[in-house]
Amino acid sequence: MANLKIEDITLTFGGLAALSNVSMDIEPGLITSIIGPNGAGKTSLLNCISGFYHPTSGEIYYKDRKLSKASPHQVSSMGIARAFQNLELFSGMTVLDNLLLARHKNLHYNTLQAMFFFGKVSREESKNRRYVEEVIDFMELESYRKHAVGNLSYGIQKRVEVARALTLAPELLLLDEPMAGMNIEEKEDMVRFIIDIQQERDATVVLVEHDLGVVMDISDQIHVLDFGELIGSGSPEEIVKIPKVIEAYIGEE
Amino acid sequence: MEDKNELLKYTIPQLLRWRVKETGTKVALREKDFGYWNNYTWGEYYEYVRKIALGLGKVGAKKGDKLALIGDNIPEMLFMAIGAQSMGAVSAGIYQTTLPDEIADLINYMEATVVFCNDQEQVDKLVEVRDRIPQVRKVIYEDPRGMRSYRSDDWYLFIEDLYEIGAAADAENPDKFDALIDQGNPEDVCHLCLTSGTTGLPKGSMMTHKNYINMGIQITKVDFLEDTDEYLSFLPFAWIGEQMNSFGVAMATGITINFPESVETSMEDLKEIGPHFMFGAPRIYETIRSQIWLKIDESYWLNRLVYEKFIKIGEKAARYSMSGEKMPLFLRFMNRLGKILVLDPLINQIGLRRLRRAYTGGAALGPELFTFYQAIGVNLKQIYGQTEIVGIAYMHRDGDVRSDTVGKPLPETECRISDEGEILSRSPSVCAGYYKMPEKTEELLEGGWLHSGDAGYIDENEHLVVIDRVSDVMHNSNNEMFSPMFLENKLKFSPYIKEAVIFGDKRDFVSTLINIDPIVVGKWAEDRGISFTTYMDLSNNPEVAELLKEAVADINERAEKDHFRIKRFAVLYKLLDMDDGELTKTGKIRRKFVMEKYKDMYEALYDESVSQKKVEAFFQYQDGQTTTVEAEMLFYTMEGIA
Repeated sequence: MANLKIEDITLTFGGLAALSNVSMDIEPGLITSIIGPNGAGKTSLLNCISGFYHPTSGEIYYKDRKLSKASPHQVSSMGIARAFQNLELFSGMTVLDNLLLARHKNLHYNTLQAMFFFGKVSREESKNRRYVEEVIDFMELESYRKHAVGNLSYGIQKRVEVARALTLAPELLLLDEPMAGMNIEEKEDMVRFIIDIQQERDATVVLVEHDLGVVMDISDQIHVLDFGELIGSGSPEEIVKIPKVIEAYIGEE
Repeated sequence: MEDKNELLKYTIPQLLRWRVKETGTKVALREKDFGYWNNYTWGEYYEYVRKIALGLGKVGAKKGDKLALIGDNIPEMLFMAIGAQSMGAVSAGIYQTTLPDEIADLINYMEATVVFCNDQEQVDKLVEVRDRIPQVRKVIYEDPRGMRSYRSDDWYLFIEDLYEIGAAADAENPDKFDALIDQGNPEDVCHLCLTSGTTGLPKGSMMTHKNYINMGIQITKVDFLEDTDEYLSFLPFAWIGEQMNSFGVAMATGITINFPESVETSMEDLKEIGPHFMFGAPRIYETIRSQIWLKIDESYWLNRLVYEKFIKIGEKAARYSMSGEKMPLFLRFMNRLGKILVLDPLINQIGLRRLRRAYTGGAALGPELFTFYQAIGVNLKQIYGQTEIVGIAYMHRDGDVRSDTVGKPLPETECRISDEGEILSRSPSVCAGYYKMPEKTEELLEGGWLHSGDAGYIDENEHLVVIDRVSDVMHNSNNEMFSPMFLENKLKFSPYIKEAVIFGDKRDFVSTLINIDPIVVGKWAEDRGISFTTYMDLSNNPEVAELLKEAVADINERAEKDHFRIKRFAVLYKLLDMDDGELTKTGKIRRKFVMEKYKDMYEALYDESVSQKKVEAFFQYQDGQTTTVEAEMLFYTMEGIA
C-alpha cells in the first residue's frame, strides 16, 4: 500500500517560489485531488514527486523511503507512474507498441538473447504482451490496438496515456489533468476509468484537475494550492467551507 | 451426403451431445479476448453447458422457468441459453440497448426468474428496477469488472461460481445431466424470441428446438456448408438472425462460430476470421460499400483507374451471373483478369475473400447494391422471413438473383397468397405462437398458416415479391390494391426527388406530394441559370415542375398495373422533417399526420379544376418561434390518365 508523505517542501526557480512550505499526506487507496488556479504549483508538485524536479528544501517520503533526490526511473521502479498533461507518447507508433515499450524495464534479457526469439525471451515477451492486453482491455482500447497514436482523437490519446502509465502496474498513479480538452462523454468515460483504477486495481490515485465538478464527485481528499502555498485540505464537503479556498479558487460570494 | 432430416429428432442440447460424439475435438466456438483467439471445442462447449444446466438446478431454477439474457455476443451467452434448455427451462434474449424500465416490463412479461448479464453496465440496469422484478432470484454476470461491491449480495452470482456449483453437482450425480437432456422433446418451446413491436411491448415468439434445427437443415440443403466453415457472430443475440445461426445452422452443420472482441472491433475481426457466409441487415452492406468507395477515392490515380475500369466489367459480368445466363468468352476473360488484378485483393482487405454467400434481409436493398457486390465477387442474396419462421423462409438461389424479389421458398416451406394479398407460409419452422397472447397467436397462425402481415405476389419466375405491410396497403375507389411505399420508393429512385407522399386511399386515382432534393435540384437549376432564393422558391419553379413531370411520366410508363399510375402531383414548399412530426425516428412517413397537416393541399390534389391555390405555410423554428407565410402552390395533372 502506498503512503506518500510530503514534508515542508519548497521549490524555487531563481527568485520565484513555485512551491513554498507545502506539506501533505496522501493516504493509501484513496483518490486525492490537487486543485488550484493556473500557476498555483500543481504540476510542479507532481514533478517533485516523480523526480523531474528536486525540491529546494523539504523532504518527500514514499513508504518511508526518501524520494526527494531520486531520479524519475528510480521513482518509477518504486511503483509510482505518471500520466502527463501533454501527451508523452510516440505518435508514429501503434497503441500496442507504445504500451509494450513502456514495459521495457520489466523485460529481463540481453541483446544477444533477444536475437534468438525462443526460451526465456519468448516467454517474457508473451507475459509482457498478456499484461499489456489486460491494460488494453481495462482501458477499452481494443479497437485502437493497431492504430498509430498520432491518428487517434485527442480523447483517445489521453486514454492511451493513462494506459501507458498503467502498464507499469503502479501502486501510486499520478494523473496530470487527464480530462483537459475532452468533451462531456469522454470525461464521463475517464471518470469511470479513474474510479475503476482505484477500486479494481487497488491503486492510489493523485489527480490534478481543473474540472471542479469531477473533482468534487470522485475525490476522497482534496488539497488546494494557490501561488505555491497550500491553503486548504479536506474532504469535498469540508473544502468548500474554507474561506480562503472560496476566495482564491471558487470566487468571492 | 447423409439425410440431414435425421437430425430433426433431436433437441438442441441432444444435437450438441451428438456433435460431441461426431466431432468432439473440432473447434465449435472461438472468441477474441486479450488480443488472442481462444478456441472452445465441441467437447468443451458441452462441458460448460453441463455445468450451467446442473448449476442452474442447484440455484433453484426449474423446468419451464425463463432465463433472460442481456448482453453482447460471447460464448457464455450460448452456454447459458443451451444450459437452460438442457434442464427444460426456456431462454430469452433482450437487446443490450434496452432501457431499464423496458427491461423490467419484458422480464415481468416473460416471468423470468434468472437473468444473465455480460457486464456491469447491464447489471446496473437491473439494480435500478430491482424492486419491480421480485420474481428474479438470481442475476448471473460474466465480467467481474466493477462488480466487487455487489459480491456480498447473494442476488448476484459470478458465472465462475456457477460453474463450480455445477461441477460439484455433476460429481455428486454424474448421470443426472444425461437424464435431463433425454427428457427434452424437439417440439418443446426452448426460446422466446422478441419480435420488434411497433406498438407497445414486443411479443415473445415461442420457438421450439425443431424450429431452429429445421431451419438450419433446410437452408444448408440449398447452400451447402462444410463443418470447417467459419461464421462471425456480430448481430445482436436477441435478434432471430443471430439465433438461427448459433442454434440452427451451427448445430445442423458443425461450423465454427467466432465472437468478436467487442462490438467496435467486429469489422477488424471480420478481416481476421474471413467468414464463409454472413448475414446482415442492408445497412451493413451499405456501410461496407461506402468504405470501399472512400478508400478507392483516397487511393492514388493508378489504383483508381484500374478499379474504375474493372468494376464496370464486373458489373456487366454480374448481370450474367445473377440471371444464370452464359457469359460471352471475352467478358469472362476480362472479368477474371479484373478479379485477379484488383477485386480479389480488394475484398481480401475487408475479409470477404472466402465468403461464398452473403445474405441480406430485414428491409429492401437497392438493386445497384446487388450488382455492386456481385461485381466485386461477393455473392449477395436476398432472404425473407419473419421471426416466427426462424428468420429465413425464402431466398435467392445461386445464379437466380433478382433484386426486386426475395427468391423462392426453402425446401419444406409452402407459400400461398391469401385472397387479401397477404403472404402465408407453412413449414416445420413456424413457431408455436406468442407467449401469453392466445388471441394474437390465433391471428398469427389462423388456418395453420403463418400470417406474415406482408402483402405480396408470386411473379412469373415463381419468385416471391414483397410489396408492403398489409396494413399499409391502400385500395382505390374500385377496390384495387396498391402500395404507397412501393410507389414512393419508385419516385425516390429519381435523384431529383428526396421524399414523396402517395395518396389515393378510397379515391379515384393516385396522387402525390413531392419534396425536391435541394442539393441536386439546386445544382440542376444553377447549371441552367435558373435563379432562386429559398427552398420554397425553388419548389415553386415551373421549370422544376417540368423536370418532375418527366420523372413521374417515366414511372407511369413503367407502371405494373394501370391503377398504379400517378395522376396529379404538387411540390411541397418545405422538406418533411422528424422535428415537425412528419417523419418517424427511423425516417418513415407518418402518412396520417402529413395528410391532416396539409389537408388543403390534399383536397386540392383531388379537385382537378384547381391548378393554383394560395396556402398558409406554417414554420416552426428551433427556438420555438413560429411564422406563417402565404404561399402559392401549383398543382399538375399528368396527361392521358383516366
